[in-house]
Amino acid sequence: MSVQQVLPLNGLAAEQSGPFRADHLLVAEMVKPGSKVLDVGCGDGDLLQLLETRGIDGRGIELSREGVNRCVAKGLAVVQGDADTDLVNYPDDAFDYVILSQTLQATRQPKVVLENLLRIGRRAIVSFPNFGFWRMRLQLLIGGHMPRTENLPASWYDTANIHFCTIKDFVELCDEIHVKMERAEALDLYGRPLRLRLPWWVWNLFGEQGVFLLSRGGGK
Amino acid sequence: MVGVKSVPSPTIPSPTISADDRSHEVDHPSSEVARFGADQPLRLDCGVDLTPFQIAYKTYGELNADRSNAVLICHALTGDQHVANVHPVTGKPGWWETLVGPGRPLDPSKYFIICSNVIGGCMGSTGPASINPATGKVWGLDFPVITIPDMVRAQAMLIDRLGIDTLFAVVGGSMGGMQVLQWTAAYPARVYSALAIACSTRHSAQNIAFHELGRQAVMADPDWHNGAYADQGIHPHRGLAVARMAAHITYLSDAALHRKFGRRMQDRELPTFSFDADFQVESYLRYQGSSFVERFDANSYLYLTRAMDYFDIAADHGGVLAKAFAGIETRFCVVSFTSDWLFPTSESRALVHALNASSARVSFAEIETDRGHDAFLLDVPEFFDISRAFLQSAGKARGLTNKDG
Repeated sequence: MSVQQVLPLNGLAAEQSGPFRADHLLVAEMVKPGSKVLDVGCGDGDLLQLLETRGIDGRGIELSREGVNRCVAKGLAVVQGDADTDLVNYPDDAFDYVILSQTLQATRQPKVVLENLLRIGRRAIVSFPNFGFWRMRLQLLIGGHMPRTENLPASWYDTANIHFCTIKDFVELCDEIHVKMERAEALDLYGRPLRLRLPWWVWNLFGEQGVFLLSRGGGK
Repeated sequence: MVGVKSVPSPTIPSPTISADDRSHEVDHPSSEVARFGADQPLRLDCGVDLTPFQIAYKTYGELNADRSNAVLICHALTGDQHVANVHPVTGKPGWWETLVGPGRPLDPSKYFIICSNVIGGCMGSTGPASINPATGKVWGLDFPVITIPDMVRAQAMLIDRLGIDTLFAVVGGSMGGMQVLQWTAAYPARVYSALAIACSTRHSAQNIAFHELGRQAVMADPDWHNGAYADQGIHPHRGLAVARMAAHITYLSDAALHRKFGRRMQDRELPTFSFDADFQVESYLRYQGSSFVERFDANSYLYLTRAMDYFDIAADHGGVLAKAFAGIETRFCVVSFTSDWLFPTSESRALVHALNASSARVSFAEIETDRGHDAFLLDVPEFFDISRAFLQSAGKARGLTNKDG
């Protein structure tokens, strides 16, 4: 897969202000109105609420009981569950999109989870922190420490994130399991997309996180 | 919950409410009654057509012009239709006034709330304590065995009678939750939203075992007379009270009992070296037993526990639970409580998995509390917040006007 093939940078909604996070706005922009969406690891339900304002039928799974109960208390259709163990309960093609926002790196089996996302959803939207980000590299190279950032403040011994990867790693995984990248975005530290059409290595260095719209049947 | 009363005798006292008060409610309830004649028999799962029969019910609030704001509340094993009014036999407040009432999640100013006594009950719906019109005597064990689907079938006939096509919500906990789930499985198009609390799609072996213990306690009472005690003008109150005491323990939790009672003594400093109720927890249980028999019929207890034992939605759908909910459009909210060991969270999770497999719209919250199964009847604010939000969200989707946002 060539880099240019997977970098169709379109007009972005991220400049919008308001109560919603920039990366959520970007994800929401990738979802066609009127579709059915499952948000895996939906946290407090902020993204689901944003999707709801756009007439999207959203459901959620969240690991923490507190998160689930806050979501349900907002009237959202959210269940307590684990991406690693509970996705198997959903039938094929149950959703138009399955979203995994900042959760992939916390799963025990990212590959299996990714395969499940694209089994139960016709498309998947996956975002994750990029461990190839220059500040991460610098912390390890110069400081000799496991990297920590504003968005990933936990120490190595108490982090829930057990499977970090770089944008480059993720692209390779998608190739390996025949996942097609319909759209890819790299976001800076503030969740704003890097607006330029840039080669992968630049994204891998300057993107703090990657957001990918995926569908079945890509790769080798 | 009910306070602790001192009980001096080592055995369970006789009821203070006369049997006449209770038996009057059985056939002539102080609530509304829907009577179904020979032209409308109730088809029971056991193969019997029950006719005539009656369903006693209460309503709160007004049905709107679109007939779209009706909520059916399904009561638990020993509940009845008096969900939010003073009980005609005991004089106590309604059993779910924490959830139902002005300013509560189920506010009669917004919803038309219906609660009926289940078929097989003893508060005005036809059951083993009712008079069998064929003999002029109390049904007793001649009453056919009923099931949860039978209860729901009777409720559907009541809803028809009230001119309601689709219920905005069906709500219930424990055995009431079983009815909620049965409603969605049997009449998915008639249930817009379902709030199923502390329940399961099937009764577990442990729960059947507890019920059998209770039934054996009733049947071991010499006053039971093989179910024909009414003919003798007596009631097996000792056996029924023991059944209730055993069941009541299962509604609580070790932590809740410890917090409430610990090893504290009842009105005394030292043990009496007797079988008197030395401990507060004993006194409490005896009170629970003796107050229960004042308002409940022993045979009815046998029939309703049996109905719960037989409940297994998956078994009715080829053993695959998800098939029961295939293609369902009902909005579900499933709630469990961490310390509920009668209907543990694992049971709710199995239901949620089946609903997910059916692509149903489902919310599922497990609420942390040490109050056990009974938590659904108690003041648990997080439960109310979740119930309120679920109903409001469903109401918005249903186009109900929302007076309190």
